[in-house]
Amino acid sequence: MTASNTLAPGLNTGTPAGQAAAQAGARPRRPLLPWAAGPAWFLAALVTWRWPDADDFPDTNLLAALFAAIGLGLLATAALRRLSARAPWAIALGLGFTVWEVAQAKLLWLPRPFFGTPQDLLDVFLTDWKRLGDSLLHSLGLLAVGYGIGAVLGVAIGVGLGRSPRFRYWVRPLIRLVGPLPPVALLPLAFVLIPSGRLASEALLALAAGFPTTILTWSGVAAVDPAYYDVARTMGARNRFLVLRVALPAAMPQIFVGLFMGLGVSFATLVVAEMLGVKSGLGFYMQWAQGWAAYPNMYAALLVMSLMCTGLVSLLFKVRDRVLSWQKDGLKW
Amino acid sequence: MVTTPTHPAHPLGLALHHIDHGYAIGGTDTPVLDDISLTIAPGEFVALLGPSGCGKSTLLRLIAGLEPPRAGTILAEGTPITGPGPDRIVMFQDPTLYPWRTVRGNVALGHDIAGRKDPASVDAAIELVGLKGFERAWPHQLSGGMAQRAALARALVNDPRLLILDEPLGKLDSLTRLTMQTELQRLWRDRGFTAIMVTHDVEEALLLATRIIVFSPRPARIIGDLPIDLPPHRHRDDPRLLDLRKNILTQLGHSADW
Repeated sequence: MTASNTLAPGLNTGTPAGQAAAQAGARPRRPLLPWAAGPAWFLAALVTWRWPDADDFPDTNLLAALFAAIGLGLLATAALRRLSARAPWAIALGLGFTVWEVAQAKLLWLPRPFFGTPQDLLDVFLTDWKRLGDSLLHSLGLLAVGYGIGAVLGVAIGVGLGRSPRFRYWVRPLIRLVGPLPPVALLPLAFVLIPSGRLASEALLALAAGFPTTILTWSGVAAVDPAYYDVARTMGARNRFLVLRVALPAAMPQIFVGLFMGLGVSFATLVVAEMLGVKSGLGFYMQWAQGWAAYPNMYAALLVMSLMCTGLVSLLFKVRDRVLSWQKDGLKW
Repeated sequence: MVTTPTHPAHPLGLALHHIDHGYAIGGTDTPVLDDISLTIAPGEFVALLGPSGCGKSTLLRLIAGLEPPRAGTILAEGTPITGPGPDRIVMFQDPTLYPWRTVRGNVALGHDIAGRKDPASVDAAIELVGLKGFERAWPHQLSGGMAQRAALARALVNDPRLLILDEPLGKLDSLTRLTMQTELQRLWRDRGFTAIMVTHDVEEALLLATRIIVFSPRPARIIGDLPIDLPPHRHRDDPRLLDLRKNILTQLGHSADW
């Protein structure tokens, strides 16, 4: 008892109950919540398998098996004690699928074809994965080229605006005229002026990514403490060093804000460009699905697009965390 | 402390001839320096004393070559100064360490600029200022005194022939300041560079300098030039220092204030 008192003086309330609580708190707890995640998914599997469908839906038994497999996986994860923080989400998802399955596949509460069942969605991935994957690759390729060019140009133009008065004199009015225009507004013109739809879309994506990157790079470079330049100059640094090794790293936190904003505008531009111009990619797939009233296909494409966008944002934040590891506090994405 | 690596001493001598300088502030032209002429012998430790804002720091910028004077010439060993150079290194009031570089990266700045690889001298400089073990720390993890030590190491790694000190200890707490004063003086003796230091602290000037130049309020003119003929190891209570201190404060117009 004395040992427990000295170890946890703050917990000692003096009452026997308080002392018992202090002792229980000292032992590692075995939370029960992770063990509930598997059963939640078994429930989804059971409902899917045993409760007859309201209509002739595809892949019902396969979906049930998939739910069960996820449940087994979660049980294994719980046994390995790797689930503690994510357990509430795993349970909520299992229950959510159960509710969706009951509401739509078993009772048909929501009007078809606008709302699909989980098995409809699974069926799209099983039967149309090739076209979905192909669309994803097309979108990614378009983004990579357009956004990449826009990001590089944006940083370069931003540094020019921040460092050179003459460059600023000529380029600033152009930036002010063209920059705030939504890139989508240029779409009809771009498809007329640029013969290749793909090239036109890449140019618009570059514009979408380039404008925020330019402005924030400029603001970052303009805000660099002049003393940083003095320190390097007194050691004999030339302009090249001042730009690449002083201005750029000092402006890097701002540059990443610009890159993040540019990525968001790029996503929007990408979807519109694919719908109206290039006739490929996830945006086009979605439009095609809507034209055929194939709503489950649209949901599937939306899911893939959402995963693509969040994946790219995560990637950008990963790079940022690495480049800005010197910063005191990083934002967690 | 570690033994200082011995460097061939090539302290820089300076000659300033009739320097005028000024700034346009808010549309009006403000003269800052008025006909400054001064000769600094190689190896001297000169302290520049004067009222706040009188233009001493501007004079240092001119000597560093960060900007050209409006009139007059500054000669380093007979050659006019036209720009900054690694033989004249400035240490500012703020450490101005680059936050994106570690202590080691900051100290190696001069080498990076010169395109030289000399990790041993970087390590030696870090050890010299007592920051061994903090090579991989980020500037925001350092205390004010440690950051200023890192800035000192960053200056020393260039082997300056002239160290230009713009109130480098001004923002440190008084105890750190005492230690840094002693170390600055030791480095100056061991390394044999010329040192020019702006300070507001009469006592600091008296402890460190071989010569004190006193400036008038803006626009700065030289109103006093006192050699301090005392041995380097000075005690703060030395009666000769107290006499000099009284003399300087009188020149600065503070005879009644101490």
